[in-house]
Amino acid sequence: MLRVDVSKRLGEFSLSASFVSEGRVTGLFGASGAGKTSLVNMIAGLLRPDRGVIAIDDETLDDTAARIHVPPHRRRIGYVFQDARLFPHLDVRQNLDYGRRMNRLTEDPAARTRITEMLDISHLMDRRPGKLSGGERQRVALGRALLSKPRLLLLDEPLGSLDEGRRAEILPYLIRLRDEANVPMVYVSHDAAEMRQLATQIVLLRGGQVTALGGVKVLTAG
Amino acid sequence: MEMSPAEWTAILLSLRVAAVATVVATPLGIALAWLLARRDFWGKSALDAAIHLPLVLPPVVTGYLLLLSFGRHGPIGSFLADHLGIVLAFRWTGAALACGVMSFPLLVRPIRLSIEAVDQRLEQASATLGAAPWQVFATVTLPLALPGILAGMVLGFAKAIGEFGATITFVSNIPGETQTISSAIYSLIQTPDGDSAALRLVAISIVIATSALIASEWFARRATQRLHGN
Repeated sequence: MLRVDVSKRLGEFSLSASFVSEGRVTGLFGASGAGKTSLVNMIAGLLRPDRGVIAIDDETLDDTAARIHVPPHRRRIGYVFQDARLFPHLDVRQNLDYGRRMNRLTEDPAARTRITEMLDISHLMDRRPGKLSGGERQRVALGRALLSKPRLLLLDEPLGSLDEGRRAEILPYLIRLRDEANVPMVYVSHDAAEMRQLATQIVLLRGGQVTALGGVKVLTAG
Repeated sequence: MEMSPAEWTAILLSLRVAAVATVVATPLGIALAWLLARRDFWGKSALDAAIHLPLVLPPVVTGYLLLLSFGRHGPIGSFLADHLGIVLAFRWTGAALACGVMSFPLLVRPIRLSIEAVDQRLEQASATLGAAPWQVFATVTLPLALPGILAGMVLGFAKAIGEFGATITFVSNIPGETQTISSAIYSLIQTPDGDSAALRLVAISIVIATSALIASEWFARRATQRLHGN
């Protein structure tokens, strides 16, 4: 369970969001500039809220009143960015292994095989990110986040930088991820069709405010 | 080109002085470059200015200030001598200190630029994967900045090899102890038959400096390639 109740001023823009999500995939839906990325950055711990609380299950990650701010590296929250952000100096294998090394987890070849096969990236292991296509890069980024064994996975417009054809190529992997990976996700997008296919619960964001909460039906109502 | 033993001594001493100066200055240079590139703090511009000071001060002033503070009767010099048995004035180690101080701005600058060029979004990604700040630095920032660090070391080394004013002021010009290539050339051109020996050392200096520039260029090119992930 993810509980968010925060507010934050960013220059002229002010963001204020409150929701509780229990779904497998919480869709954070809104036009660009609605504050989706800022909200996700706060959940990841990359941005500190001015006021409020963020908690997963019973663990408080942010509580401004109690002066609690757990830094990103201790949150165990995976993050897939729109622009993949693979480490250019490491090959695919090392990128995938990065989270395991940083968290000092023991090797888990079974999990690695399962995830690389699920994402069809087993044949890319020795390549550098510079030699991957946009779609391949995004699949490796997904695998890298999953292999750090997060308790929540944030996906910020993971299809945003891809063209139409590539999107259709990645979407089935995301659906597979939702059904097989067993990690709750927060999925950010401004694309209603994507949301309908992936999300189990929707948070509608407009101008920095939550305007609707509920099932995928709110997409048509809004 | 025949080198006399005295010329070889000066060349080897210069190489040793510059190598020690560079190796000792590099970790400090990386730490300060990172602070300047990534942190905001009170006195940041004063620190930046202090690092660049040896570049704009007359070298003889820097050398004299070193002599005042690190000399046998200076506050730092007497402490080092009395408590640790380290004497820098008029020793080759003092030459290394003078060269390290004089080349420090040239060492720090490329390192700072290369750290600034490291995409902070990659550092964020690293943190979300569980890397503590020191791990982010060691596994992302440092390797991506490495070509710039090497370029800074090359430039610093080249500057240290050629340093003259601060060195001769602080540690004088003692053959076999503090007489580097530059001070040897200085002595030779003041001796009646020293011209050919001076010219040989001049040639050596040109070779060392040119190689350093070429090496520095090469590292800079590698840096760009590395950042583009090829």
